[in-house]
Amino acid sequence: MKLNKNLALSESGFAFNGSTGDSFILNETALFILSKIKSNLSKEEILNSLIEEYDVNPITAEKDLLDFFNQLKIFDLLEDE
Amino acid sequence: MKIAVTGLNNTDNPGPGVPFIRSLLSHPDFDGEIIGLHYENLEPGIYMEGIKSKSYMIPYPSQGPESLLERLRYIHSKENLNVIIPTLDSELYNFIHISDELNSLGIKTFLPTIDNLEKRSKDKLFEFCQENEINSPKTFVINSLNQVNEILKELKFPIVVKGIFYEAYVCHTLDEVSNNFYKLASKWGLPIIIQEYLSGDEVNVAAVGDGEGNTIGAVAMRKLFITDKGKGWAGVTIGDENLINLTHKVISALKWRGGLELEILKSRKDNKYYLLEINSRLPAWVYLTQAAGQNLSYFLFQLALGEKVEPVRDYEIGKMFVRCSIDLISDIKTYEKIAVYGEL
Repeated sequence: MKLNKNLALSESGFAFNGSTGDSFILNETALFILSKIKSNLSKEEILNSLIEEYDVNPITAEKDLLDFFNQLKIFDLLEDE
Repeated sequence: MKIAVTGLNNTDNPGPGVPFIRSLLSHPDFDGEIIGLHYENLEPGIYMEGIKSKSYMIPYPSQGPESLLERLRYIHSKENLNVIIPTLDSELYNFIHISDELNSLGIKTFLPTIDNLEKRSKDKLFEFCQENEINSPKTFVINSLNQVNEILKELKFPIVVKGIFYEAYVCHTLDEVSNNFYKLASKWGLPIIIQEYLSGDEVNVAAVGDGEGNTIGAVAMRKLFITDKGKGWAGVTIGDENLINLTHKVISALKWRGGLELEILKSRKDNKYYLLEINSRLPAWVYLTQAAGQNLSYFLFQLALGEKVEPVRDYEIGKMFVRCSIDLISDIKTYEKIAVYGEL
């Protein structure tokens, strides 16, 4: 899984999609996940780091993470696999 | 060197003249003097400091090429112009018509050809797109409302009803189609354009073609805020190879000469780009292009001078513009000069 190559991600949580002009303000968790995708972690690795970082039930974490990946796809923020 | 520029109507529906001039003035190699050409006494560009050294009123396009030429001869006798850049769509036919005379007076221009203008017209654009394998919404040109029923066998509501020159309405029923057909026909004349409605995000590209099929520069922009007149009040440069390639394809197929703006829709249905319209002049947001690294206004000026301009492709993504509305203070004596003498 790769982020759209035109996505500029700032430490402040501001994300700009240079191919569409859309911008987003990410919350802490979203920024955490996008940073992990940017570091080329797999889905499983991201899930594990999410469970490790936050006090969250693994099943809930997996469900929320998949929802979030879907949102990224809808917003055109992931490269086509 | 003196360069005359039209389109000083920097209003809430702005002409490209003032941003064009600001772009020229911002270029480090530009050493000319700007002469403004205006149609109305209250065009804001006339009153702006540092934009032009003088401004002259010119006759409305509806008065025809002869009266324009006569007025320009007078202005030339006072100013000894080197170049004229018309920046509005509506005046292009007149300027093209008198371009040989202007050239013989020593005034250079760089204008689209009549063929350019005709192929990009609203009633011919779909045909052009089909011939050149460019995606465009399915379009029908009609002269009678009776033709709509036949079209509705191919298109489903909503559909777009467009005037031949300006205005477009999204219609959901036959009644709406009928009302807008007569409204647009009485305002702009026939034919009327019936178009497939596509949902998606609109993007714009400003570009300059050299008339031989080459794109000298092209910058894409997404509007971030749109006024109730449909004008971009803020925007940001975006980068997408497919978008720029489409622009190159259009300019190459048309052998476009001069500045232009493409209105393109990225369809939600298939994520592809569809060409909606070609405007035959640089847009009012052209000042953004120089900030992004492509001074399209200066390119056009160089082409008018007959200089060879090397094409550029790269520009900075994420450059933004935000328009602002401020009050310029003047004096009734200034207005008097403009209103009585037609020059300032």
